[in-house]
Amino acid sequence: MADQLAIGSRRGLRPALPLLLPAYLWLTVAIFLPLSAMVFFSFMTDLPLAGKEWAFTLGNYAAFFSQSLYSTLLFASLRLGLEVTLWCVVIGYPAAYVLAKVLKGRSREAIFLLVILPFWSNGLVRIFSWAMVLREGGILDTALNAVLPFKINIDLMYSYPAVIIGLVHSYVPYMVLTCYLTLQAIDDSLIEAGRSLGASRRQVLWRVIIPLSMPGLIAGAALIFVPVVGSFMEPRILGGRTGTFYGTVIEDQFVAVFNWPLGAALSFILLAVVLIILALAAPVLRKAA
Amino acid sequence: MATTRILEGLGRFYIVLLLGFLYLPIIIMAAMSFNASPFYQLPFEWTTDWYQSLWQNDQLIAATWNSIEIAIITTLISTVLGSMASLALYRYEFRGKKVLQALLFPPIAIPWLITGTAMLIFFFGVGIGRGLIAILLGHVALALPYVIVVVSARLQTFAPELEEAARSLGANQWQVTMRVTLPWIMPGVIAGGLFAFAVSFDQFVVSYFLSTPGQTTLPVEIYAAIRKGFTPEINAVSTIIIVVSMALMLLTARFFKFGGEK
Repeated sequence: MADQLAIGSRRGLRPALPLLLPAYLWLTVAIFLPLSAMVFFSFMTDLPLAGKEWAFTLGNYAAFFSQSLYSTLLFASLRLGLEVTLWCVVIGYPAAYVLAKVLKGRSREAIFLLVILPFWSNGLVRIFSWAMVLREGGILDTALNAVLPFKINIDLMYSYPAVIIGLVHSYVPYMVLTCYLTLQAIDDSLIEAGRSLGASRRQVLWRVIIPLSMPGLIAGAALIFVPVVGSFMEPRILGGRTGTFYGTVIEDQFVAVFNWPLGAALSFILLAVVLIILALAAPVLRKAA
Repeated sequence: MATTRILEGLGRFYIVLLLGFLYLPIIIMAAMSFNASPFYQLPFEWTTDWYQSLWQNDQLIAATWNSIEIAIITTLISTVLGSMASLALYRYEFRGKKVLQALLFPPIAIPWLITGTAMLIFFFGVGIGRGLIAILLGHVALALPYVIVVVSARLQTFAPELEEAARSLGANQWQVTMRVTLPWIMPGVIAGGLFAFAVSFDQFVVSYFLSTPGQTTLPVEIYAAIRKGFTPEINAVSTIIIVVSMALMLLTARFFKFGGEK
């Protein structure tokens, strides 16, 4: 140990501990212990509070597998996540390309900031703002009827498309951000080389640009898919009665039904699904970072 | 290359469309907060009534103060603890460092629904219960990884020789940190602090599960109001929030380049 210290004070965990401990202790108390507690509680019949009787049980997990409602809703949420992610790719990727390869200098910087700015503003408020656009007699309805010669009724509020629109609006800046970072790193000379060797624009796009920007696409997809599968506020506000998803059922267990052990089990199943997805995306994510 | 020019023009047009999609609902919400009709009826009639009635809404004002207080305390705690941890991760080599760095991702990557409900269960189990203390505990934990990532990114641009030089000139560890390292990483620390403030001020999901009727934050209060029914007052307060959080991020962008360009 002595010779190591002689090289410098930069080795070993001991000198680093006082600096690390407060932050990681906090994370342990507020993140890691709660997650462990959730797993523990998910195997209980009731909360061990105020002298209530409780025992260990697998019943909460049995409920998930025996009642098709829960697995149906989980699949509905996974489908929602997939659809929102696909729309974000379709809408976000071209925008990222234009930002990275067409725009230059100050205008690129300004527009890039404009695109990601809403992402950092309050998500709840942005979802709420769509309610005003989508409802019957709302802005979209009024505007279309003012322009079109015939009468149509636009009432997207409280529907599946409304939930999709709100979620895509919330998450598309993520896709633009991650794709922009990888697209920007592609050397323009690679594209020119492909073109001068006789490849068409489409071939360059599919053979050069898209493969090279794949890490950004995957990273964006993972970062969007995971929170969307666990979303509950967006379906509640924009989906109304059609907005019942896996996330809203978990919310109900904690704020309405007060069946916390079942809620914990449902949360843990969601966590497992999410972790599997993140593990699959991890090698690509690491490359992107 | 006429085709190139047409394609580039289309690309620019597309960006304008995307910006329209991103900003239209926000602009409409802001406009409706100045519209006299409580049912968002057109034609538009200018009024500031909704903003005035905000001042009489004690519940919203109390929740706003809670949000601001929690965001400020979260910023202070997470910036100090996060910068300390970043320094340790930058300075020292030890076994398990990769694990510690990997542990920063669960708070960011796991859906807040899961983290929030897990905190509710745990805080209830150990007797902390719900309320502002629980919300603060949660917010700092959510903000810490952002601070550490941002400050670490800034530290990557720091030359360790500067610390060596200061040390060989007789400065002790504390002096090196306060006089040499800290001034250099200050833009990163400020950006991290602004991130932390934004994470806390905009946080809804975790606060939602940890709040009680008397002890709540602004987003939770807004969610309750939305579910009871639309009121133009909510437009007014939402408009204020959007303006505040966007201004905050513009400020952050001055200190921290999102684009990763040099």
